[in-house]
Amino acid sequence: MKTKIFFSVAIISFLIIFFVLFKGLQNTNIYTPQVDVKKDIPYFEAKIFDSDIVKNSNEIFQKENFYLLNIWSSWCAPCRYEHPILLKLKDQINLEIIGLNYKDNIINAKKFLKELNSPYRLILSDENGIIAIEWGAYGVPETFLIHNKRIIKRYVGPLNMNSIIEIKKFIE
Amino acid sequence: MKYLKYILIFLFLFNLNLLNANENNSHSEITKNLRCLICQGQSIHDSDSEFANSIKILVSKKLNDGLSEDQIYIFLKEKYGEWILYDPGFNKNTYFLWLLPLLMFIIGGAIILKRFIIKKN
Repeated sequence: MKTKIFFSVAIISFLIIFFVLFKGLQNTNIYTPQVDVKKDIPYFEAKIFDSDIVKNSNEIFQKENFYLLNIWSSWCAPCRYEHPILLKLKDQINLEIIGLNYKDNIINAKKFLKELNSPYRLILSDENGIIAIEWGAYGVPETFLIHNKRIIKRYVGPLNMNSIIEIKKFIE
Repeated sequence: MKYLKYILIFLFLFNLNLLNANENNSHSEITKNLRCLICQGQSIHDSDSEFANSIKILVSKKLNDGLSEDQIYIFLKEKYGEWILYDPGFNKNTYFLWLLPLLMFIIGGAIILKRFIIKKN
């Protein structure tokens, strides 16, 4: 009787361990950022692109309308791909696009904007990538839709036509 | 005089370990405990990616600002989630992870005790 109980307990615990570990095997071991996190924007101070003026986040996002913070760089190929999409959003009323120039060479960045036009109302510069970390970003491009100093949507990777439709839905 | 020479050699040899490069500062300790999110299987300390380099700068900045090691972990956990830490905290997702070895140790110990020690007596 005793051995029977011992045997069944052993088998049950073995099965539990097996299923837990088996389920764990199917989890991805690559970092997947959460995109639907609604949280307050971080406080930060940043230099304005190509100048020495420093502004903080409260000054930058003070209006009541929507903001789109786009992290970009001239060396990033997907940024080039999403640029026409940002230009399409440029003339939206109720939306301001703010660029965060990530770890870039200022001459290359200027060339990039000259060649493709600038969709940005304001460009901030992030020379060593610290501001992007404050936002929880982990690469370029990455875009945040902001309203009332809260992040309402995050886009990891380049924007596409579907994201335009979604953003327009949010701001209307 | 002869002994003094030996004593000096002895002291010299056994103090060489003080000459090693001291890497145990808090900066490298913290960055070794952080996972590089874009390069698999590497810590922030080992990686030379853009992301890892930024985190290294951030850690130095936070240390200069007077933040403690734990405060830096909390800050980064808030931004990137538990995944960035190599040492997962004790919460509902990790009860099993932390308690299983302990449980197995206790059960194993009980079996050994029962089988070999109590039976012998």
